[in-house]
Order: sequence, then C-alpha cells, then structure tokens
Amino acid sequence: MLKRNINFLGRRKIALILSSVLLIISIASLAVRGLQLGIDFTGGTLVEVGYPQTADLSVVRNSLNEAGFGDATVQHYGTTKDVLIRLKTHEGISEKELSTKVLEAINKNAAESAQLRRVEFVGPQVGEELAQDGGLALLFSMIGILIYVAWRFEWKFALGSVAALVHDVIITLGLFSIFGLEFDLTVLAAILALIGYSLNDTIVVFDRIRENFRKFRKGSSEEIMNISLNETLSRTILTSFTVVLVLLALAFLGGAIIHNFAIALLFGVFVGTYSSIFVASALALTWGVSAEDLMIPVKEGADIDQMP
Amino acid sequence: MQNTFPLWKNLLILIIFMVGLVYALPNLYGDDPSVQVSSTRETKVEQAQADLVESAIKAAGFGVKSFEFKEGRVLVRFNNTDDQLKAADLLRDKLGSDYTVALNLAPVTPEWLQSLGAKAMYLGLDLRGGVHFLLEVDMDAAVKQAEERYNEDVRLALRSAKIHYHSVSKDNGYIKVKLKSADEKPALLSLLGKDFRTLDLTEPAAQDEVWLKLSEAEIREIKKFAVAQNMTTLRNRVNELGVAEPVIQQQGQDRIVVQLPGVQDTARAKEILGTTATLEYRLVDVEHDVQKAVRGQVPVASRLYYDKNGSPILLDRRVIVTGDQIVDASSGMDQDGQPMVSITLNGVGATKMGKITQANIGRPMAVVFIEYKVNTKVINGQKVFHKEKVEKVISVATIRDAFSKRFQTTGLDSPEEARNLALLLRAGALAAPVDIVEERTVGPSLGQDNINKGVTSATVGFVLVLAFMAVYYRLFGVVANIALAFNVVILVAILSMLQATLTLPGIAGIVLTVGMSVDANVLIFERIREEIRNGNSPQSSIFLGYEKAFATIFDSNLTTLLTAIMLFVFGSGSVKGFAVTLSIGILTSMFTATVGSRMIINWIYGNRRVEKLSI
Repeated sequence: MLKRNINFLGRRKIALILSSVLLIISIASLAVRGLQLGIDFTGGTLVEVGYPQTADLSVVRNSLNEAGFGDATVQHYGTTKDVLIRLKTHEGISEKELSTKVLEAINKNAAESAQLRRVEFVGPQVGEELAQDGGLALLFSMIGILIYVAWRFEWKFALGSVAALVHDVIITLGLFSIFGLEFDLTVLAAILALIGYSLNDTIVVFDRIRENFRKFRKGSSEEIMNISLNETLSRTILTSFTVVLVLLALAFLGGAIIHNFAIALLFGVFVGTYSSIFVASALALTWGVSAEDLMIPVKEGADIDQMP
Repeated sequence: MQNTFPLWKNLLILIIFMVGLVYALPNLYGDDPSVQVSSTRETKVEQAQADLVESAIKAAGFGVKSFEFKEGRVLVRFNNTDDQLKAADLLRDKLGSDYTVALNLAPVTPEWLQSLGAKAMYLGLDLRGGVHFLLEVDMDAAVKQAEERYNEDVRLALRSAKIHYHSVSKDNGYIKVKLKSADEKPALLSLLGKDFRTLDLTEPAAQDEVWLKLSEAEIREIKKFAVAQNMTTLRNRVNELGVAEPVIQQQGQDRIVVQLPGVQDTARAKEILGTTATLEYRLVDVEHDVQKAVRGQVPVASRLYYDKNGSPILLDRRVIVTGDQIVDASSGMDQDGQPMVSITLNGVGATKMGKITQANIGRPMAVVFIEYKVNTKVINGQKVFHKEKVEKVISVATIRDAFSKRFQTTGLDSPEEARNLALLLRAGALAAPVDIVEERTVGPSLGQDNINKGVTSATVGFVLVLAFMAVYYRLFGVVANIALAFNVVILVAILSMLQATLTLPGIAGIVLTVGMSVDANVLIFERIREEIRNGNSPQSSIFLGYEKAFATIFDSNLTTLLTAIMLFVFGSGSVKGFAVTLSIGILTSMFTATVGSRMIINWIYGNRRVEKLSI
C-alpha cells in the first residue's frame, strides 16, 4: 500500500467543531426527548405474540380496548406476523395474571388465535436496579481504563482516551434518542462492547505514537503523531471493515431481539474509529503531549518477554 | 532468524487444538425432543412401568427414536416436538400423579465423547424456550411470623414456669411482657436468659414490665432461613410440576431465580410457585355465641373466622396441626363424588391429632385454608404492594372417631383446586411469601427462531470475514482464517467445558469476537508489510512483524478485557452471557492470532530461502 500522508491533526479544529455540534445535538436530544427506555429499565409488561398470517394491528388494539387495556401500545415486531404489546402497571390486576389476561383478550374475537412467543415482566424496583447497575458498569469501566492507560502510557493519553469514550457513548446515546430507538439491556451491553472496541482502536494508535516518539528524535509532536496516525490508518480501516461485516450480518439476519444491539455497535464503530483519531489523539496533542512524556517509559521490551 | 518453533511448542499448540476440537464437538450433534418419566415418590420407576410407557407410546404410533431405562428413569426420544408433546400428554393421563412426566431436550452426544466428559453448551431460555422468574422473598413477613412465634413461645414458657403475667403482647416490633407483680421479675429474667437468648431485652420504667425484641443476629438468621426454606419448597414444587433441568438459585440476599426450560403452561407455573396456601386444623368453639363475637366480643381462647359463604364461625385459638406437619397428600374423589384431599401426617402431627380427636369425639372440627395474596395498588402514583392473609374455613365436620395419621379433607371447590392443594401440601409451605419481580417467558417457536437466526447471522458474518481476509492478504489471509476457525473451536470448547449457558447475545458475542479477533492478525500483517517496505528481508519481516505487533495486541486486548469484566460484574442474565463469551473470546483470539497463525506461517516459510511473501 502506498505511503499516505494525511494531515489529520492539522484539521483538528474542524473535527473539534464537528464533535461539539454532534455532542450538543445529542445532549439536547437526550435532555428534551430522553431515551426510549425499554421495560428492562422502566419496569412493565411486554407480550409478544405470533400469528400464522399478517396480523391486523387495529383488531388487536380493539380487543385490548374492550378488555380494558386501552393504554397498551401495539406494534409489529420484526415481521408483520409478530405483534408486540407493551403494558404499564395495571391497577387491580396482579402482574402474575396480566399476560394471561392479555392473551385471552386478543384471542377472544380473533379468527385465528395468536401464539404466545414471549412475555417479559420487570418489576419497577428491578428495573431501577438494572439501570443503576448499567450506569455503574459504565463508570467503573471508565475509571479502570483511566488508571490502566495512565499507567501503561501517560495521563494525557489516559484523559484523551476517556474523553473519546465519553464522546462515543454520548453520541451513540444521542442517536438512539433522536431516532427513538428502544434502549434495553442488550443495547447497554452494546454500548459497553463499543467502549471496548473504541478503546482498542485508540490504544493501537497511541502505541504507535509512543513507538515513534522514541524512534524519531526530531520533529514536532504534531508531525510525529500525524505519521503515526497515517501508519496505523490501513489497519484502522481494515479492522473496522471486518467488524462492520459481522455487524451487518447480525443486524439484518440476527432477528429483532439483537437488531438494536447491532445498530448501536454499527454506529459506534464509525464514531469510535473517528474519535480515536480526532478526539483521543487530538486532545492528547492539545494538552501538550510530547516526546519527553514517553521517554523514560516502562522497561523496554517488557511485553516481548511475556510472549508465550 | 529462521522462523521455526521448537518441536514442543508445535506439539503443545496441536494438542490444544485437538482437545479443543473434541470438547467443541458435542455442540454439533444437537438435541432430541424427549420425554422423561420419573417417580415423585421415594420409590424408583420399575421395569413394569417402563414397559407400560413403551407399550403405550408404541400403541399410539408416535415416531420414537429410542427408549432408555436407567437409574430409575425412563427417557423416550422422539423424532419431532409434535409427537413429544402428544406423548407427554398421553403419559400424564396414563401414569397418574405418582409419576412426573417432563419434557426434555436430550443431547445426542455419542458415548465416546460422553466418556471424556465432553458436553454440549447449555442452551439459554431464549434459545430453547421456557420461563425465567425472579422471586423476591418478603422478609418483613418472615420476621413478623417469627415475632408471632416468639410471642406464643414466651407465653407458653411463662405458663409452664408458673410465672403469673398480666399480658404478653406484640407492639411495634416489641414483645411486651407485663407481669402481675414486680416480685416475679427475677424469675422472668432468669427464664429469658436461659431459653430466649436470641431476644434483646429492654427494661422500661414500669417495674412489672419487660420488653423483648428480636436481636439483629436472630433477624439475620431468620432471613437466611426463610430464603433457604423457600428454595427447598420451590425445588419440591418444581419437581412436582415436572420440569427437566430446572435452575433454582439464590440471587443477592432475598431473591431467588427460578428457570424452567420448556415449560408451556406459564400461568399454572406462576400459580404453583407463588402460592403460599396451606391448611390448619382447629376445633370449633361451640360454647360461645358467634353473633356476640361478630359484634366485637371475641372470647379470649377463640378466634373469629368466616367460611366460604361468608358466615362467621368461632374456632379455638390453638391449632391442632398445621401444613408443615403434613408429609403426603393426594387428591381424589370421596364417596359422594366430591373433590377431596387425602392427607398423611408426620409422627408429631399424628400423635397430636390422635389425642385431640380422642378427647373430642362429637365436637366439630374445622379445616382452615390459608393463603397470602399480593395486590398491587397505585396510591399517589406510587406502587404499593399490599399483602393480605386470606383465611377461610373450607370445611367443618363432626369428629365421629379418633383418627391420627391418615384422613381426608373435603369442601374444596373443584378437582383442580384439590389437585393444586395436594401438590402444595406435598411440596411444603413457603416460609415467607414471595413476589414475582421479574418474568421472562420465551415460547418454544421463538426459541427455535432465535437459534436459526443466531446460527445464520453467525455463519454469514464468519464467511464474509473469511472471504475478505483471503482476498486481501492472500496466503497470509488463509493462514489468518485457519487461526480464526481455530479460535472459534477453542472458544466453543471452553464455553462447553465451563457448561456456560449459550444465549442469543452470547452468539452475538462469539460473532463479534470473530470480527474483532481479525484485528490481531491485521495488526501483524500490516506490520509485516511495513517491514518489507522498509527494506527488510522476508524472513526478518515476519519475525519483526510478529514481535512488534505483540505489544500493541497485548495492550489493546487487555483494555477490552477490562470492559468485558465490568460488563460481567454489573450485567445480569443474558448480558452476563455476552460478557463471558467476549472475555474468553479475547483471550483465545490473542492465543490463536499470535501463536497459532505464527506456527502455520513458520511451517510455510520457516527455515528456507524466501524471495517474496504472499501478503
């Protein structure tokens, strides 16, 4: 492959503006519209039923209305044969009976009876705990990463990489908020996997920057970092491409349950790749990372000794 | 710089690969839909019953793969789930309540693999269908019950020690003992010090009073016991329901996870698991006026109850026997065709019942049905759980004869109710009521759909990556693909050895691992290309490429592992499954991408003159 020389860091002002705009839109949307939280976090009941033929949603809605479930939301799920019914907590009916009652109600008037495919009920307290645990997982991952990168590299790199991760997470959440995609446990898992992926990318870039800082004794930090980014560029693109390949397979063939999981990661791969160049590296440079920071490093060749 | 591995290293890698292959293999065989017949009693299924099962199924003409009879259980494998379901219904009717007929997925792993301990991964509920419940034990109720018990025990102890008391009553978490005279206080204190050490003691200003409270240690003990006892009971009930491979685990301090694979009738499962129904036998108070009691003047030794029709009845305050003294119960019809439950008591219960019925021939005795019902109400936008103890007298009959160990109870509404009551009495009562705080049910059709979709998307993703790598890196790409396949084999082998549960997000984790583990090889190969461009010889380019890329691979994978571990620690359910596959996948991919691919590259290029690399 030919040697490219793209001046990434020279364009960091443009990137800064772009990132800021995306962040502001995301935060604004999160503040105004919020996230379409799934019942994993809000608590409630969800019933998925399958029909032998395309289901008429208005018929299902009417049956539910008659039975007193007027507040249920009804929609197709995955295919037109499958219907997803969401219910809020109901007065007078215990959670135990709710799903049974719903199935009875929609089968009462229907010519073809629906088959129960899935019921999920999450108590409000459990939902709160799941949300809390998710938040904690995010927080502790960030802290762990901060410490590890500061130890292996340098604190400016550590801050840069964590800033990039916060950037990725907020923008991905923003996407879910803007398009009103449902945010459930699997999406939370995707966000955490995304952190892992985006960080992986950032570390590869940092690793090369560290190497080049030690190799080239001359040249400005910006020049050396630009060289490093260019050197790792083909790898960055190739890896992202293979991950995108499998994610596309998951998104289109994996079924409705992991669709949003795949979408979150798919979007995250793009944001994550962008952020390791234009956020993590650019911030480390802005905060004045220089060759001296990496000159007296951990013992040279320590890693190679560990090779099995 | 010859790029060769020593023999031991080659052998070690090959051995790891072979072992991985063997332990991953069982997953290819899949499962047979099957029905498992076992006994609900101590006695095992005999050959006679096994023959009965076989002949019944053969007569009905279902497509059977095999009959197996071992360790007191019959396992019948079917060609399809349709026959399996029909056969299970048939067997349930034929065999009656002494046998449990459970639907099962029996693995088809061949003998030689089984003898090596190789087992297929356990399919999660989202893949095989079934119910997942998270039950919360009501600890307040458990503690309250204990207070009540202590209250009664203290009263009895005072009576038998002949200490005269004015009252023993419960008040706001305290058991307050008021003596007739303060002179008896030393005797009371010594009694409490001897027999009630688990209670904390407070002496209020009033000289003739002592207040008792459950100690913190005792409350902890009560809570621990309540969960343990509930788990035992739930296990018994699940066995009664006939579920193969149920999971019943404690989660946190006061929660219990119950997973029932393959259960179809979730309504009944919920009813059976959550019910706290039990029976009590009490003598009827015939000396006092019921109407007076209704107006509020309940005699000290009696309690006011209502029967099914709502008419009041006075019963003796003392219980003859309670549900936990029942060792066996079965349902049926009595001579008049009424549903009944026939009951067998344990030794203590039988003795007591014998004594009391002997002394009270001609007096009526009542059966009280007790059930905790949970109602959810929304008050000021807040959800409030309201627990209600429902007690109703289901039957009153005159004692005609002394009886002790075995007897019948009638007065039930339907055969269904009789059957459920018998089941609940057999399985034992819950020590404290439980609430279902989470439920996830997956129907069998969705489970199969999920498997198909998971497998399709994984295969397509995998093939796309393989094709891309082979085109882009040519021979090196093919080597990377072998390493990648090796990675999936080892990953599946480790998950099978750990008997991890495979869920849909777990499959996604495997696929994602494939996509990401390519990264290590990409890093190495890009490095090799760079070294070639820098003018290094092919051999030293290979060497330097692997050498230099390793530090990067190590650092970047370790940080990813860090987030996967966080996901495992804080995640729940299927997310945990995803985290497990991701973590193990990171480790195996590091091994296969660096060491595995290097071995093959060494075989191809090592130890000879190379002009050009196919990269």
